[in-house]
Amino acid sequence: MDFHLTREQQMLRKMYREFAENEVKPLAQEIDEEERFPMETVEKMAKLGMMGIYFPKEYGGAGGDVLSYAMCVEELAKVCGTTAVIVSAHTSLCCAPIFENGTEEQKKKYLPDLCSGKKIGAFGLTEPGAGTDASGQQTTAVLEGDHYVLNGSKCFITNGNVADTFVVFAMTDKKAGNHGISAFIVERDFPGFSQGKHEKKMGIRGSSTCDLIFEDCIVPKENLLGKEGKGFKIAMQTLDGGRIGIASQALGLAEGAIDEAVKYTKERVQFGRPISKFQNTQFQLADMACRAQAAQYVVYAAAMKKQNHEPYSADAAMAKLFAAETASDVTRRAVQLFGGYGYTREYPVERMMRDAKITEIYEGTSEVQRMVIAKNLGL
Amino acid sequence: MATFNNTDLAAFKDVWVFCEQRQGKLMPTDFELISEGRKLADELGVKLYGILLGDNIEGIAKELGGYGADGVIVCDHPLLKDYTTDAYAKVICDVIEEKKPEAFLIGATNIGRDLGPRCAARLHTGLCADCTHLDVDMGIYKNFLKESSTLPEDKIEKTDSAMVLGEKHDVSRDLKMTRPAFGGHLMATIICPRFRPTMATVRPGVMKKAPFDQAKADACELIKVDVQLSQDDIQTEVVETVKAAKKLVDLIGADFIVSCGRGISKDVEGGIKLAEELAAELGGVVGGSRAVIDSGWMTADHQVGQTGKTVHPKVYVALGISGAIQHKAGMQDSECIIAVNKNETAPIFEIADYGIVGDLFKVTPLLTEAIRAAKAAK
Amino acid sequence: MKIIVCVKQVPDTSGKVAVNPDGTLDRASMQTITNPDDLNAVEAALKLKDETGCKVIVVTMGPPPAEGMLREILARGADEAVLVSGREFGGSDTYATSQILAAAINRIGVEQDDIVMCGRQAIDGDTAQVGPQIAEKLHLPQVTYAADIHKEGDTITVKRMLEDGYMTIKVQTPCLLTCIKELNNPRYMSVSGVFESYSKPMEVFDYKTLKDDPLIDPTTIGLKGSPTNILTSFTPPQKGAGMMLDEGDDKANCEKLASLLAKKHII
Repeated sequence: MDFHLTREQQMLRKMYREFAENEVKPLAQEIDEEERFPMETVEKMAKLGMMGIYFPKEYGGAGGDVLSYAMCVEELAKVCGTTAVIVSAHTSLCCAPIFENGTEEQKKKYLPDLCSGKKIGAFGLTEPGAGTDASGQQTTAVLEGDHYVLNGSKCFITNGNVADTFVVFAMTDKKAGNHGISAFIVERDFPGFSQGKHEKKMGIRGSSTCDLIFEDCIVPKENLLGKEGKGFKIAMQTLDGGRIGIASQALGLAEGAIDEAVKYTKERVQFGRPISKFQNTQFQLADMACRAQAAQYVVYAAAMKKQNHEPYSADAAMAKLFAAETASDVTRRAVQLFGGYGYTREYPVERMMRDAKITEIYEGTSEVQRMVIAKNLGL
Repeated sequence: MATFNNTDLAAFKDVWVFCEQRQGKLMPTDFELISEGRKLADELGVKLYGILLGDNIEGIAKELGGYGADGVIVCDHPLLKDYTTDAYAKVICDVIEEKKPEAFLIGATNIGRDLGPRCAARLHTGLCADCTHLDVDMGIYKNFLKESSTLPEDKIEKTDSAMVLGEKHDVSRDLKMTRPAFGGHLMATIICPRFRPTMATVRPGVMKKAPFDQAKADACELIKVDVQLSQDDIQTEVVETVKAAKKLVDLIGADFIVSCGRGISKDVEGGIKLAEELAAELGGVVGGSRAVIDSGWMTADHQVGQTGKTVHPKVYVALGISGAIQHKAGMQDSECIIAVNKNETAPIFEIADYGIVGDLFKVTPLLTEAIRAAKAAK
Repeated sequence: MKIIVCVKQVPDTSGKVAVNPDGTLDRASMQTITNPDDLNAVEAALKLKDETGCKVIVVTMGPPPAEGMLREILARGADEAVLVSGREFGGSDTYATSQILAAAINRIGVEQDDIVMCGRQAIDGDTAQVGPQIAEKLHLPQVTYAADIHKEGDTITVKRMLEDGYMTIKVQTPCLLTCIKELNNPRYMSVSGVFESYSKPMEVFDYKTLKDDPLIDPTTIGLKGSPTNILTSFTPPQKGAGMMLDEGDDKANCEKLASLLAKKHII
């Protein structure tokens, strides 16, 4: 077991950190207040290869590994939860399923633009009636000659208003239950496809979240991803990978909150000394650091397993569960350490706390993660 | 150049100062260096010469005598009108080879820092850049160390000699050149024990200008050099020289910032004007605390603090600012913090290097005037 | 066409710098970084590479850990790296350093359409001497303080900054330019660049490699080759607690403050 990063991973972490400090951090507050999608940041990240980190060069990726990708999301999240999830959803929920399940033609057609960041990707599984119970899909796909006709709607879709390429799930055989769900690659300008209004949220307010609406949407036959009926499996496998991304986002949020709290408590003077000198402050930060460190190991281990093509589903579930709950806990404590100032929007910790909450919910709630882990225990 | 034996130290005499002129006008730093050079020449018991290059510049040379130059070596040639590295380095190195000065000072302007190293490399001699202090006399030098360093007395006493290539070397006649390194965190005194001339570039504004003496100017000897230069000697072409209007400096890059706080509320316009005048005198820009921006007295780009800009100027003047933690976060790493506040318990005084308890409306104009006077006296 | 860029690994002196109890600098406490002005030089070279497809070779004189810095610059897009390293080179002042770098550049070879680029100055020595001294040893024309560089054929037009404006200067290749931070915004390493970095060629030049160059022999390098010596070094007294001006009235306070600032060369 080697706990050391490779020299390339160390160089990458340095680059991610500089990029996050110089390009992402200055915008974080503004995009949260204005609920603005930071397109200019996406363009910069695209140029540096950050939108397709672990895909092979032959498909336009940067030729890196899964851990390098996880570290990218982590470093971004330290300064901005929104920017981190943009990369995560795009990479794990759109690039990845096409890479893992697509035909050669589909990979060659869609991956280069996605990995280069020229196009942004999204994933459409959740519906008003199908959240944790993902099998309750109502969106239908009927084969008519050389195309499918999709009808229905999706909700809470990350990157929904800015993406060009969507991996979407629909029922091709209502009678077959889970085995009647199929996956499709849908392009923004397919007829009958529209996006809803931007969803206002508690946190990651700059992240684009909206409904996807299919009204007799025409999807060419060649855009079926994988085989008919294999959609549910594809969705679950995709979410396994996505969990590593969200776990990294949660991890970064926790680490960023700790950095801010350490800095502030050294400056804030009460009772004649910096509050960092009080044992309560020190003990709180010790607990926070301990949990964040443990979360990092769990997240990195899951990423390594995926990279080595070992079964990693339970590891990813543990990583997401633990990191998300750590993020909520740590950010809440950080706000408390800041006192009144932490509750104001002058300081970033209240935003980090608001951002952290969603990591316990999307891409499989903490309850779902527990189901996965319990199943893996044979229960 | 192969015959230029510059290790025969005894053959070199006199202190020279490169006198930079741009568009036929002498640079202020020339007078500073001549004044300093006079002191060093006196300590060495030798003469002081300025060396002036340009086209038709004989007329401006004598003024240098008024600050202490015994003479000015005038190199007049049309090809010297605009500064080019090749022409100036050639002429200067040729004259140095011929006349053998023991020390050569150059103002560390953008041009001086281009010229100095080129000449030093050609002459195979040592150059110390951006000097803030020059000494010959050991007594004066040791006092300087006692005042400006944390070195213990016994170490200071031992600076009479240095080990050079394994042998003891007496530094009493060497030019001791002190300068900052590591971004100013370290000071070093450099010597050039084995070669001549010792060369130093000196920061403009550091040395004190001596009072002007008309009689000395009149007595200043002009030594005309027969300049050997052709266009082939010059490998760069100056297309144009453009004087730029003072660019609007951003808070982030500014060396001097004067910030206003809630203390200006009783006369906002007046307070800001006083701050602008002080900033102008310092050559800096005006900023504001969050209170000032929130009240609409300044636009958001002036805000210094947690949600504003984080600045690291040389000097940060806080006028009527209490120093709450969000403001501190934006300016606490300034090199020198000056605070003016009516309230002697204001937290800003805890991080200020200099504090004045007083009414900023009274203090600020007095400070502006005092700084103006102090700069003029230099 | 190729561009040879000289870079230096330096301690980060712009942050907080720790001082030992005995007054010496705690160098171990400082992070090492690539000298900021040198990154502007690298970026200028990479921009020309984007435009013309030329080769970019990065050179540094330093101890073995400097390889890490070279790999980062390769990750930004440079093609080859050269590490000039040897015990014999230690203790060199700027004069000796420029001789060694000039010899290294001679070995790489400077062709008619090549350019040598340097940063204006390093943030540890702060001398700005090495660039021009290398130019002198290589007999190349120099243009320093470059804030804008434009290449057309083998003519380079440079906007050369003065304190109160600028000069527009034309120079033919081969030549040496020193770059300042106003010149450009250095690019980051790219993800694929990082993964390619360690497979790009890096050569090490030691004393044996360079000793046949006329510029190099035991008397021209290291301490023996350095015309300057350090007599003493010291840290200025640490910033103590602040002082409240208390001269009696506002005018006296202001005058005292102004004189203190003048004495310390702050104004």
